[in-house]
Amino acid sequence: MNGGLDERALIGALSTGDLMPESAGAAIEEQRPPDASPSGSATRSPAAESVRGEGEFLEVSLGPHHPSTHGVFRVDVVLDGERVVRLKPVFGYLHRNHEKLGERGSYLAAMPYTDRLDYFCSLTNNWAYALAVEKLAGLEVPERAEYIRVIAAELTRVQNHACLIGFLLQEAGAMGTPIMYAFREREKVLDLFESLTGARMMCNYFRFGGCRCDLPPGWIEQCRRVVAELPRFLDEFENLLATNEILMARTQGVGVLSAALAVNAGVTGPNLRASGVNYDLRKADRYGIYDRFKFRVPLGAHGDVYDRYMIRVLEMRESVAILDQALAGIPEGPILNPRSRLRSFRPRAGEAYGRLEAPKGELGFYLISDGSGSPYRYRIRPPSFINLTVLEDLCVGRLLQDAIVILGGIDIVMGEVDR
Amino acid sequence: MSRGVRLVGLGIVKGLIETARNFIGSYRDPRRLVTVEYPEVRLPPVERARTFPMLVYDGADPEAGLRCVACKICEKECPPQCIYIEADRDARGRVLKRPRVFDVDCSVCMGCQICAEVCPFDAIKMNTEYELAVADRFGGLLLRKSQLVRSTEYHRTVHPQEAVEIDAQVAQARARAEAKARAGGGG
Repeated sequence: MNGGLDERALIGALSTGDLMPESAGAAIEEQRPPDASPSGSATRSPAAESVRGEGEFLEVSLGPHHPSTHGVFRVDVVLDGERVVRLKPVFGYLHRNHEKLGERGSYLAAMPYTDRLDYFCSLTNNWAYALAVEKLAGLEVPERAEYIRVIAAELTRVQNHACLIGFLLQEAGAMGTPIMYAFREREKVLDLFESLTGARMMCNYFRFGGCRCDLPPGWIEQCRRVVAELPRFLDEFENLLATNEILMARTQGVGVLSAALAVNAGVTGPNLRASGVNYDLRKADRYGIYDRFKFRVPLGAHGDVYDRYMIRVLEMRESVAILDQALAGIPEGPILNPRSRLRSFRPRAGEAYGRLEAPKGELGFYLISDGSGSPYRYRIRPPSFINLTVLEDLCVGRLLQDAIVILGGIDIVMGEVDR
Repeated sequence: MSRGVRLVGLGIVKGLIETARNFIGSYRDPRRLVTVEYPEVRLPPVERARTFPMLVYDGADPEAGLRCVACKICEKECPPQCIYIEADRDARGRVLKRPRVFDVDCSVCMGCQICAEVCPFDAIKMNTEYELAVADRFGGLLLRKSQLVRSTEYHRTVHPQEAVEIDAQVAQARARAEAKARAGGGG
């Protein structure tokens, strides 16, 4: 990305687990072969120069069981005092061979596994997978099912963003309060999911060409009540935090992600929009029926953690607007394409890439079918994993406690990073 | 630091007012207090709630009334492959339409309900029992047929709407089959 990393040294470090050579810290620079690209030390030199004199670097393994790392995730950081000199994310602790499992079973059998990717947003995961398979098989989705999908996805987005803000504030030191308020609202959304799908988190609800079952009686009214209360909660949540001086001091100007770096690194979702890039798949791709709804795409100006926080607050308000429109416009009708089949589903040979705007960014499923009952290739483009790749660029030169806040602002779920 | 820091401390006070409002509100407003005192208070499971599979039987005898015909569709479709079925055989070794062994390994099962979805005989349905902790992880969580069977009455208590529909379908199918058998016997 923006330099600073010698590729060969990094690969060497990955294989041995050592970020630092045995000798003194300054040896990083010396160790690099003379023909290495000059990009290496150029961008990081100001910080490196000023700290080199202070002597010793300390390599710390942050995690894998650290409360701030959102699951089993390790960050190997090289510290000079409190300042991050180098940072290496180490993941794979939660690896479950998801993609191979998807290639082993039937197309339907992969659906419950997608719940477990980003376990906060199982419904958008279901949708992304269904979207890819529908593209592959050329299945149309009935109108009512499309509305149900939009409602489910936007509810997912609201609860994901609320909880993310809770986690972020937790990591910034606001112990308990914001996350409890967020979880209180999430509870209401999860109750809706439970009465709709039977499960609170592992919904397994969308099917190729529609939804598994229709809305239960009274669900729309219950959903309207929850959605009607959301603006009040969002006002409260914003009052609680948005002008809090401690939050501002901890997040403004911290972890600035430039638009160029964000685009080059493939960052998507709220992280990208916080850097001021207007790219929302709901607008750019117009999958499903998103072209029917009026909503705005909030954009950040600074690309720092505070912008990433604020983008989420604003996106929740836009989600409430979409929910209002979808709940008003949901038609009666079938929920499943009659051509769709549960068992012995064999799409014709070909390939398809289905993607959507998950709460964390672009979630894509790439499928190759060879005409048999299970996909020949099943590949996921996970937003949290790709967003995580810029972590070092955001953290280097900052203090260690800033790195924790930056990690919290990226919004990762390890189930999706490790797959 | 230039953005909007006006009077230092005002934002914190604003937040604290919100906290106080939530604290006091949690004594009066049910929307602010959503928790219940589990295990003394329990919320009833919703109609579609699901934990692990169960086998439904009609009538009083779990052996005779079992709807399962050992077709093994659920075994094949189960994503984590946690179902094991062996069809029963009569004295001459012919395969009978009932399972001799029907095991669900609940240490593997993820409660996705695909087995219940694909079952053409409505024999396998999702239970709503929770608190299933056992001391023996592998033996205790491997549920045998005798532990999985549940009566139609039980099904009606946990999934009232679904059970009524399905019982009607099953009764209809049985009536049709009986009529056919009678007609066949007469002709």
